[in-house]
Amino acid sequence: MMRLPPFTYVAPRTVRDAVAALREHGADAMLVAGGTDLYPNMKRRQFEPKVLVGLGGVAEMRGVRGSARDGFTIGAGTTLSALARHPDIVRHYPGLATAAGLVSSPQLRNMGTIGGNLCVDTRCNYYNQSFAWRKAIGFCMKKDGEICLVAPGSPRCWAVSSSDVAPVAWSLGAKVRLVGPAGERVIPAEALYRDDGIQYLAKQPNEILTALLLPPADGRRSAYMKLRRRGSFDFPVLGVAVSVRMDGETVREARIVLGAVASQPREATKASAALVGRQLTPEAIDAAAEAAAGPSKPLDNTDFTHPYRKKMTRVFVARALRRIAGLPVSGRVEEELA
Amino acid sequence: MTKDRFTIVGRPLPKIDAWGKVTGDTKYADDLVLPRMAYGKLLRSAHAHARITAIDTTRARALAGVYGVITGADLPRVKFGILPVSQDEEALCVDKVRMVGDAIAAVAAVDEETAERACELIDVTYEPLPSLMSMEDALAHPEVRIHEYGDGPNVHKNVSLQFGDVDAALAASHLVREDVFYFEGNTHLPMEQHAAVAQWAADGRLTLWSSTQTPHYVHRLLTKILDVPGAHVRVIATPVGGGFGGKLDPFAHEIAACQLSKLTGRPVKIALTREEVFYVHRGRHPVLMWIKTGFTNDGDITGCHLKTWLDGGAYGSYGVASTFYTGVINPVTYKIPVYKFEGARVFTNKPPCGPKRGHGTPQPRFALECQLDKAAEQLGLDPADMRRRIVADPFTKTANHLTVTTIGLGECIDKVVEASQWRAKRPAFAKGVVVGDRGLGERRRKGIGIACSAYMTGAGTAIYWNNMPHSGVVLRADRSGGVAILCGATDIGQGSDSILAYLPAEVLGIEPKDVHVHPADTSLTPVDLGSYSSRVTLMCGMAAIQAATRLRRAIAEAVAKKLEISVDRLAFRDRKVGDPDDWEKAVPFAQAVELGEAMHGVLAFPGAYAPPKRAGKYKGGGVGPSPCYSYSACVVELTVDEETAEIHLDDVWIAHDIGRALNPLLVEGQVEGSIYMGIGEALMEAQVFRHDLHKAPSLLDYKSPTTLETPPIHTILVETDDPEGPFGAKEAGQGPLLPVIPAIANAIYNAVGVRVDEIPITPDKVLKGLDLKRQGKSARIGPERIPLFKFKEPLVVESAFGQPLDAIAVRPFADAQS
Ligand SMILES: Cc1cc2nc3c(=O)[nH]c(=O)nc-3n(C[C@H](O)[C@H](O)[C@H](O)COP(=O)(O)OP(=O)(O)OC[C@H]3O[C@@H](n4cnc5c(N)ncnc54)[C@H](O)[C@@H]3O)c2cc1C
Ligand code: SF4
Repeated sequence: MMRLPPFTYVAPRTVRDAVAALREHGADAMLVAGGTDLYPNMKRRQFEPKVLVGLGGVAEMRGVRGSARDGFTIGAGTTLSALARHPDIVRHYPGLATAAGLVSSPQLRNMGTIGGNLCVDTRCNYYNQSFAWRKAIGFCMKKDGEICLVAPGSPRCWAVSSSDVAPVAWSLGAKVRLVGPAGERVIPAEALYRDDGIQYLAKQPNEILTALLLPPADGRRSAYMKLRRRGSFDFPVLGVAVSVRMDGETVREARIVLGAVASQPREATKASAALVGRQLTPEAIDAAAEAAAGPSKPLDNTDFTHPYRKKMTRVFVARALRRIAGLPVSGRVEEELA
Repeated sequence: MTKDRFTIVGRPLPKIDAWGKVTGDTKYADDLVLPRMAYGKLLRSAHAHARITAIDTTRARALAGVYGVITGADLPRVKFGILPVSQDEEALCVDKVRMVGDAIAAVAAVDEETAERACELIDVTYEPLPSLMSMEDALAHPEVRIHEYGDGPNVHKNVSLQFGDVDAALAASHLVREDVFYFEGNTHLPMEQHAAVAQWAADGRLTLWSSTQTPHYVHRLLTKILDVPGAHVRVIATPVGGGFGGKLDPFAHEIAACQLSKLTGRPVKIALTREEVFYVHRGRHPVLMWIKTGFTNDGDITGCHLKTWLDGGAYGSYGVASTFYTGVINPVTYKIPVYKFEGARVFTNKPPCGPKRGHGTPQPRFALECQLDKAAEQLGLDPADMRRRIVADPFTKTANHLTVTTIGLGECIDKVVEASQWRAKRPAFAKGVVVGDRGLGERRRKGIGIACSAYMTGAGTAIYWNNMPHSGVVLRADRSGGVAILCGATDIGQGSDSILAYLPAEVLGIEPKDVHVHPADTSLTPVDLGSYSSRVTLMCGMAAIQAATRLRRAIAEAVAKKLEISVDRLAFRDRKVGDPDDWEKAVPFAQAVELGEAMHGVLAFPGAYAPPKRAGKYKGGGVGPSPCYSYSACVVELTVDEETAEIHLDDVWIAHDIGRALNPLLVEGQVEGSIYMGIGEALMEAQVFRHDLHKAPSLLDYKSPTTLETPPIHTILVETDDPEGPFGAKEAGQGPLLPVIPAIANAIYNAVGVRVDEIPITPDKVLKGLDLKRQGKSARIGPERIPLFKFKEPLVVESAFGQPLDAIAVRPFADAQS
């Protein structure tokens, strides 16, 4: 069996104690919530923190509060299973419930948290390998090495943002609450991410993401579609989150955000703009889907070929929009759950 | 015994180990903990091909908690391999590594973490050699040699066999098709990772507990590899959590655990990580195939010529047998009057390939069955009808001198055609019938496809040449009425322990629970060669029936004397022995045993089995013969999304000629498992490499289907009561895997008109085909070229096609009327 490296586990009961623990241990410490991302990575020695600050005992970080009219506050410690079946979320933010419900497998959704999902490490099939494997290939700049093995001349890392929830949060215009030594701040979900496979989060390492804040539902329609090899277990190799608000038959506001095609979720702004002021007709949808494929620039570092992932962007965006428009949708059963 | 008179056979009983498995009671090798046990780890090569110039273990030895470190220098300098003709492995490489993952050194320590850290402290100096990561590279660079032996530079094996005049037959055909196919390599993926515990005791005797499918071969080879007297070595196969052929060789971790135990004076456990299992491998060979077949207008095959190139990886393993298997089994299915087969296995710097469920036959089966489908289309024939017409004749010989007994394939085809509503669906789907009830159906197309197959029920020859039984049991009746059976067979999940309980219970009229099964312990159990080639139910089953019949006779004699009636009058049932017409006087089984013991002494009887000697009398004729062959026909219905090219399997119907279902529940389990595994190979599994390394050595990234990808499987069992099998039974564990793969390929063609002549059939490939089709081009995806390679001059032998089988030679060890 692959073994964890040794570490000390600290179990604070409050956010404040957690912040204090992070401050005390500085760069030696990492946060852990469900551990479904972090522990496997530690076994492969992608991370070797001396101290883990466990958030599992922080009760104030769990639960969903609010209303459709005022919006919801989702504690970062809420499990993906709880979120996926929460009746208000399913009803008012179906894209979010779908995304949470499509993460990995039932077992991992029972452990995995929404906070952990928003902060989940970027992925690359040259990086998500054991230490011995990475040593044999000569390491890469994301951990222990100098170069990028996917794009050898590149000065940066192109590891892929692989959260299912992140593109949805972005498309909904959600915000996140961060609490650190300097206090608390609330930033838009899109401001949490950076286009860099290594420094993929804009937050400070000593800041804790305590909640995801959803805007008022307010007639918003949303959907999420995920491309992966199998109906369970697999990370997205393309995620499409769409969120639309209507004025009668006309689109008032639209946001299409792509997951797993870059180091951060990527908004297809042209495609979104092309929808505003129009009706959700099949023609309008096709045009938007065509435009959405532009920003999708996957590289060859995940499952499936990258040309295939790029081609699927158009198809998946069209399908997500058709769902929102109430048009018939073709696709796999799992994607029809929402 | 007629079918109605069976009491155990034919009943859907649970496996005897089901309770243990379900409750977690079963103790696998990694569950064993012995006092003072140390934990071992192997250091594996980081290079695909390199000379080792120095190994320095000083730092590792100095680490606190390390009990011992060994390298190849600490082992006898012998090379070994499972086949006598391929002695090319070292447990710990001394001079040279041939793949990433080759073991170089081993550590025993207080715990796994310490052993792992110690491995990182071993300094190995390499002198890299060019790595040959494909067959093309290996053949193009004869100056870089992976091994010094074989049939040419980097050519492990080169075979060429011809049965009859194939060229003439093809020339006289109405249609001749030439097709090229590729089957990517894939691995077994057992749930249980290999593990072993070794205890080299102070008295000099060695015990090895290991998750192995072949304790007997491991026993023999340890003797040689470790240079110890075989009489002082005991190998115990622990319950195996899935084998599929991946636990058939002696492995570095087993050997290292033994040597470390000797060195440290402690029991040593080594359990592999999932990544290491990918390196240990011995899985499906990647095979490139060229197949040329002639047909008459009616769909009869006139002759067939097959060439295969196998990417063998870094070592021989079972590769010579694998090479033959890519050629020799296809003729068992259909009437193929003349046949030519050329095969070559090439060494590359990748984990060695070997036997995986279906050993060497899924690849040529895929080629043949897809080609038949193409030919049927050209000839305007229904592919099911065409196959039905050409099913081989029972009790005859094939062109390549294999003797077939019963053949239920015709009935299998009929059954799946009917159950699947083939006749209605196929023409409808080919016209592009739309599915989906939501109005967008034109983007999802239905398809249906068929394929057939045959497989051996046990290899007719052992791995090392000998005249001894292939399987043996000892059966001992206890005064309690319990019966103990000792047999070297290994239950790898296929249910051999259960079969060993059912058959004596059937013969003796007791319950399976009354039979205590003691498997796979080389110091207690008679040899069974191992759990491979679907041989166990047939061979240990025959041995068990023989022993039980002998025991029954001894008991009957005593009971007859007591009841003062003739032996022939006695029946054994309901745990009693007596005269059916005077059943009140029947003697309880326990008492019957006492009577028997009083008359004969200890009631312990051996049973032995060896297959009939029917190997073709030509060099190479030893691979392929089997006591009998199972047959399967499979229909797959699926849906292809034309926009994403995602393939959704809707239903699988499979009819399997099992000879007789000793336990239909177990047979169905084997069939469903085979289908599941075949689906994975057909649609996603691929053992592929990049920059000299395995691309995805993990359960997450190596894609294998989940339950969600597994459609409803409708299993139909066809019984032909084969004269060679125990109560008529044939194999179930491998054959049903074979037809599902080409049936999927054929169904995809039926759905969207795209031919993917390459396994796995992934959405990217189908989408490429759809794009070609939209551009009006030939919608075929697959290999275009075959290597420039010179096969040997063929060994030319007369075709034996259609000859009646030889008057059944007396099977060695068989009793007159057992
Ligand atoms: C086999 C497998 C399949 C998977 N499939 C998917 C998938 O399909 N889609 C997907 O999105 N994910 C997938 N995951 C990843 C993971 O399971 C989920 O993303 C999960 O939601 C992570 O949550 P967690 O609580 O377990 O995070 P953890 O592992 O505890 O943490 C993940 C990271 O976030 C940080 N972190 C956690 N909580 C906070 C917080 N409150 N504030 C700041 N930082 C924090 C941690 O320090 C760590 O760096 C998969 C994982 C595995 C092992
Ligand atoms: S994108 Fe390049 S640098 Fe980043 S993890 Fe992959 S190989 Fe390493």
